Formats: sequence, structure tokens, C-alpha cells
Amino acid sequence: MLLAALVLIPALGAVGAYGRPARHGLWLVSMAGVHLALVAGAWIALPAPILDGWIALDALGLVVLTVVSTLFLVVATYAVGYLRRERGGRGFASWLLAFLAAASLVAESHHLALLWVGMEGTTLALAPLIFHRRDRRSLEAVWKYLVISSVGIALALLGTFFLATAQGDLGPGNRPLVLEDLVAGAAQLHPAWLKAAFVFLLVGYGTKLGLAPMHTWKPDTYGEAPALVSALMAGGLTSCAFLGIARATEVVTAAGLVSFARPPLLAFGLLSLVVAAAFVIGQSDIKRLLAYSSVEHVGLLVLGLGIGGVGTYGSMLHLVNNAMVKGLLFLAAGNAALIASPRGLLRAAPASGALLLIGLFAVTGSPPFGMFLSELTILRAVLGGGHVWIAAAVLALLALIFIGIASMMLELLYGPNPAPAPAARESRWLLFGPAVLALGALVLGVAIPGPLQHLLSQAAGALGGSTP
Amino acid sequence: MEHLADLLLLLVLLTCFLILGTTRLTTCIRAVAVQGGLLGVLPLVLHQHWSLHTLGLAAGTLLVKAIVLPWFLTWAIREAAVRREVEPRVGYIASLVLGVAAVAAASAVATRLPVPGNHPILLLATSLSCVIMGLVVLATRAKALIQVVGYLMLENGIYIFGLMSMDRVPFLVEVGVLLDVFVGVFIMGIVVFHINREFDSLDSARLTELTD
Repeated sequence: MLLAALVLIPALGAVGAYGRPARHGLWLVSMAGVHLALVAGAWIALPAPILDGWIALDALGLVVLTVVSTLFLVVATYAVGYLRRERGGRGFASWLLAFLAAASLVAESHHLALLWVGMEGTTLALAPLIFHRRDRRSLEAVWKYLVISSVGIALALLGTFFLATAQGDLGPGNRPLVLEDLVAGAAQLHPAWLKAAFVFLLVGYGTKLGLAPMHTWKPDTYGEAPALVSALMAGGLTSCAFLGIARATEVVTAAGLVSFARPPLLAFGLLSLVVAAAFVIGQSDIKRLLAYSSVEHVGLLVLGLGIGGVGTYGSMLHLVNNAMVKGLLFLAAGNAALIASPRGLLRAAPASGALLLIGLFAVTGSPPFGMFLSELTILRAVLGGGHVWIAAAVLALLALIFIGIASMMLELLYGPNPAPAPAARESRWLLFGPAVLALGALVLGVAIPGPLQHLLSQAAGALGGSTP
Repeated sequence: MEHLADLLLLLVLLTCFLILGTTRLTTCIRAVAVQGGLLGVLPLVLHQHWSLHTLGLAAGTLLVKAIVLPWFLTWAIREAAVRREVEPRVGYIASLVLGVAAVAAASAVATRLPVPGNHPILLLATSLSCVIMGLVVLATRAKALIQVVGYLMLENGIYIFGLMSMDRVPFLVEVGVLLDVFVGVFIMGIVVFHINREFDSLDSARLTELTD
């Protein structure tokens, strides 16, 4: 019941929002609140699988579900303030809620074809939101996003077909493409087909995740979409796409082919860091800068997964941190974009400027924020695995990215402004969300709550990792 | 029936090459419509025992891939007054050579992997060839509409692969229909963009305003 409600309530909410003439923001907040309450229910007791085990929740799914649901509630509060300033249009809230429904489906699918359906749903639901401004630039962004994502999604479907082929002749009790049966019968999977499936799933869902070199849609899309949509993509959509890759890794690990899966994961991770470092430096647009920073962080996610061991736990922790910090930064950057000439932001909009400053330290992995811990965990795993050169490269690239992000953001925050805007009155709705996320990023850096730590180590355990 | 299946698959490959080699957009659309028709007949040939499921799949595929989408593409050409040339970034001869390389690579892979469910090797080879040639069209053609045709080829390749496991895995081939939603969105997008007069042409190579 609970599992069905998690998908159906936002889906019905999307239809309901379309019928409502006004007050879309509050509708969004109430739907998101109900959704998060349901997720809290799943924390108390994991609900039983439904639909012959096609829909079920495990630790990994619950992590992603919680991340998406929390971020969505925060974004919904922001949307209240946003929709007071800008015309949202009839479908705005509907598409957001449709995204939540599809993302919930991804998080709780244990049938890999169903997971793919959810992933396609998230892709389509976000497209109209990217095209929100309906001008030439957003048109270009949405076209790039759709073409590249749709090819990625098609390759992921082919990978799913390969996986079904790897299962071979199905005996009784061996349900096709159901995760539990894939993992339990992993030894019988045909290795060549399984390897092919892993590669296609990695490239396909990696495109949605925005790993380099399939990241080219990311800066344009994040740059042109409304800030709250970018926040949802950088924190929520990436979590869903990462889940797709994690599921593939789960099966490959169970089949004892982890040594095959690691090199491509590491390669994509490192390449993403290199690309991020190359494009962050000298970047002049804050949202494009944040997009490249997102390429960096998804690179770290697969890097941790590829290292295995403690790195897997680091990846899970990084997933949570990434959603918080990216949400914080995009929402704060959205506030800055409301000011005509945002240079010297700390004077023109002190609260938004301060939030952006906090976000700057959080996203570059400075203590005491959560990303410091997760990046440290991943680095420790890299060193522990004896990959000294990878560790050195990662450290150097992180330092470069820090310089790039800091120089651009400090210029934005403190830079001299020839035409300073008078200090603006900042809407509380637009500050509440990023403030909550900043607090969350700080809490995760000081002390990870016990239940969360337990859940993260369970999720890492399912992926063959261990807890530090 | 085996020979008939082989014949159908060879015809599918021929339509792929036709798309790679032609200069005219309308020829591309006709070729992809014929391809859709061939794919509609394919499940009937591969599965001798015609169940309701097989018949439904064949009818649905024919309707969507051979009639609705090609008609939609033709409508888009008329509506958006697209010029009829394909405008490749890579020459036609080079495209055809790439196509041959695709078939060679796909056949090499297909002979090394076990074909599921005792289907002919040609089925696997054709499926992978279609996927690769679709990607070639997507990467080497400048016009948005012909890229949609490339996407359809890619999708058809995935569909052929799905046919091999349709007996073992329920709903798997049918899931592929969701890819057609993308095709629909693309075509709608092209037309809407054009009606809005945001673009002077539908050249996706002109979508280059966003750079670093």
C-alpha cells in the first residue's frame, strides 16, 4: 500500500495541480509533505514487496527515495516564492509532481525494466520545465537535453535486454529481471552477456547522470532551466541515475565480475573530474559553473563505487551530501539571478549571498561540511586500495576545482559593482529552502545521525562495500 | 519460415543502407516506414504459434512504426516547410562505408555471443547493425528531422533484439514502445519550434548559441 502510494499520490497530485487555477506552490508543498511523511513511514518499517516483487524497497532504494523526497519538499517551498514572482504556467507544478512520481518509481523498482520506465519518466517530466522560459536559449538547451538523454536511455534499454538475455533459460522461481533473483542466481548468469549489459547500462544511465564525456547537455540544461529545476536535477535526477548504475554494479558484483566493473567506473570517474577541472576554471556563469561542479561530484560518486570497500560507503554518503549542497547552491544562485546585476551580492542581498558563501565552502569539500567527510572517505579508500597515483590525481583535480569555483564565486559575492542594486528585500520562501539545506550539509559534516549511518552502511553492504 | 525471416532481416538491413545513402528526406522517411512494416511482420514469422500476444504485437508495431510515425514525420516536413536535403556532415560514400563496417562489427560480435532462444544469428547481427547505423545517422546528420529517423533506426534495432526474449520475458518488447514517445516529442518539438519562428531553419548545427 505504502509503496503504491509513494508513486500514485504525486501522480494524482500532478493531475490535480493541472486542474487547479491557482495556488500551485502550496499544492506542491502539501503533496511533497505527504510524500515525505510516507517515506518516514518506510523508515519505521520497510514495507513488504508488492506486484510479485517488482516493487520493493531496500536500503539503497530508501536512501535515494529519502534524498529525492526531502529535496523535493525543500524545492516545493522555494517554488511558493518563485511562483509569486514569475508566472509558472499551467503545467509547472504538474510536471514537477510527475517527476516526483517517476523518481519514486525508480527508487522502489526491483524489476530492472520497470526501473527503466521510471527513468524515462523522469527524463520526459523535466523537459517542459527546462523549456520554461520559451526563448531561443532554453529551446537549444531542451533540444540538447532530449537528444542526448534519449540516446542514453535507449542504450540503457538495450543493456536491460542484454541482462534479460544473460539470465538464459528461466527455471521456476527465477523471475526475469527481478533484482533479488538476478543476485541470487548471479552465478548462472552468462558472463559475456552480463558484461555487455553492464557496459550499456553504465553508458546509458551514465549519460543521465552526466558523466564525462556524456556530460555535454549538463551545463546548457542547468544553465537555462529555472534554478529550482536545476536544483532538482543536480540533486534528485542524478541520484536516480546513480541508482541505475548501482543496480547494475550490484548484479555484476554478485556474479563475481567486480574486477570487470571497476576499471570503467574508475575511468569515467576520473575523466569527469578532469573535465570539471578544465571547464570550471575561467567560467563566468554561475549556473554553468555549478553544472561542471555537478560533473565533478557525479564523477566522485562512480569513483567511490569503482574503488569498492569503504569507497562504496563514501559514495552513498556523498550521494546525500551532493543532493543537499547542489540544492542549496542552485537555489541561492536562483536568488542571485533575480537581481539585475548580482556582482557584490553580499551587499545587495546579504542573506542569499551568505547562503551562497556557505555553499561555496560546502561544495568544495571544506570542513566542517558533509562533503569533506564523504570525499575523505572515498580518498581513504583509494589510498587503502594502493592506488597512490589515482589519489594524487584526485587531490590535484579537487584543488584545481576549488580554485576555479572559489575565484568565480568570491568575485560574484565581493566584487565591485559599477551599478550596485539597492539592498533587496528577500522573500522568506526563497530563503527557507536553501537555509534548511545548508543546515543539513553542516549536520552531516559534524555528526551523521545513527539511523542514517546504519542505512548507508546497509546500502554499501548490498553493493559489496564495507563501513569505515 | 527460417528463410522468410532471413529475407525480412536482409531487407531491414537494406533499408538502413538506403537511409545512409540517400540525399532526400522523403526517401529516408519512406525507408523507415518500410522498415517498420518489416518489423511488424517479423514476430509472425519468428513465432509459428500465433498467440493473441504475437498478433497484438505485430498489429501494434505496424500501426506505430509503419503508419503513425512516418505519417507524423511527413506532416512535420509539410508543416515546418523543411528543405528536402539530408545535409550530412560526413559524405554519403563515407556513411555507407561506416554502415558496412557496422554490419561487419555486429556480425563479428554476434558470432561470439550465444544467441538466446535458438534464433538465427542473423537476427542478433541485424539488431546490432541497426543500432550502430542509427547512431551513425544521429552523429553525422545535421538536420533535426533526419536525426529523428536515425533515432528510429536505433530503436528498431533494440526492438529486434527484444523479439528474441519476448517468449521468456513478458512485457519486455512492449516497453520499447516508450521510446516512440521520445520520437513523438521530437517531432512535436520541431513543429512547435518552427511555428514559433524561433528558428530560421531546423538545422540542429545552428543550435550552438550555448558554449563555454
